[in-house]
Amino acid sequence: MSRYAAARKGYVRPMQGWWRRDPFFMRYMIREITAFAVLAYAIILVVGVVRLAQGEVAWNGWLAALRSPGAILLHVVLLVSMIEHARSWFEIMPKTMPMMIVGGERVEGSTIMRTGWAVSAVVTVVVVALAWWARS
Amino acid sequence: MKLKRSNAPVFWLLFGAGGMLSALFGTALVFLTGIATPLGLMGPNAMSYPRILAFSQNWIGKGFVFAIIMLFAWHAVHRIYHSLHDVGVPLNAFTKLICYGTALVITVVALFALLSIGF
Repeated sequence: MSRYAAARKGYVRPMQGWWRRDPFFMRYMIREITAFAVLAYAIILVVGVVRLAQGEVAWNGWLAALRSPGAILLHVVLLVSMIEHARSWFEIMPKTMPMMIVGGERVEGSTIMRTGWAVSAVVTVVVVALAWWARS
Repeated sequence: MKLKRSNAPVFWLLFGAGGMLSALFGTALVFLTGIATPLGLMGPNAMSYPRILAFSQNWIGKGFVFAIIMLFAWHAVHRIYHSLHDVGVPLNAFTKLICYGTALVITVVALFALLSIGF
């Protein structure tokens, strides 16, 4: 490269830590990071299913592992991540789904978002209530 | 000229289904299996061996557990794979294999374990 080409290239803005520059990028990054919580939970569950298939002793070992303070703490982190995942999932839904027309009018993005949040909250309450009803 | 069919829609569909399922059920499930039951809030036998075994032998229960595990995994790896570029990790055949391979392994292990539990 000639001296002139190097001079023309000029200043290249570094990309290091780009997502910390703007709250919008931060929210994007947090949303993407929730995927690790979803993956971690899938792995925890698949281990549980394998232990279940191995018999009662193995299953009880998995249950005991879930009772350890570290596991509880991890699940608190997973719970917060899942809530953020659900929140952001419906936040971006108006942008990811096809345009929705009801009665000749385009359904507002905020309506889709709020409906999603409401449905998610209702499902959460119903599932926990069902488990509570079936507790032993 | 024959156009090569893209496999992207399949991954996108799994991503979308897993995203929706986890957005609806993830919070409740993590709370129930990871916090409420281990702390004894749901009673001492909420996730006892006979109960969970019966749940997983029922075809609806089996299907639910399989769908949760499989779709959560495919959703997560798809999102992680597409975020790699943003943190400077190249998207290539190797990173793709690592990401989607993880979901495939989880799916196959879950399938075999659930089938070996029986009906």
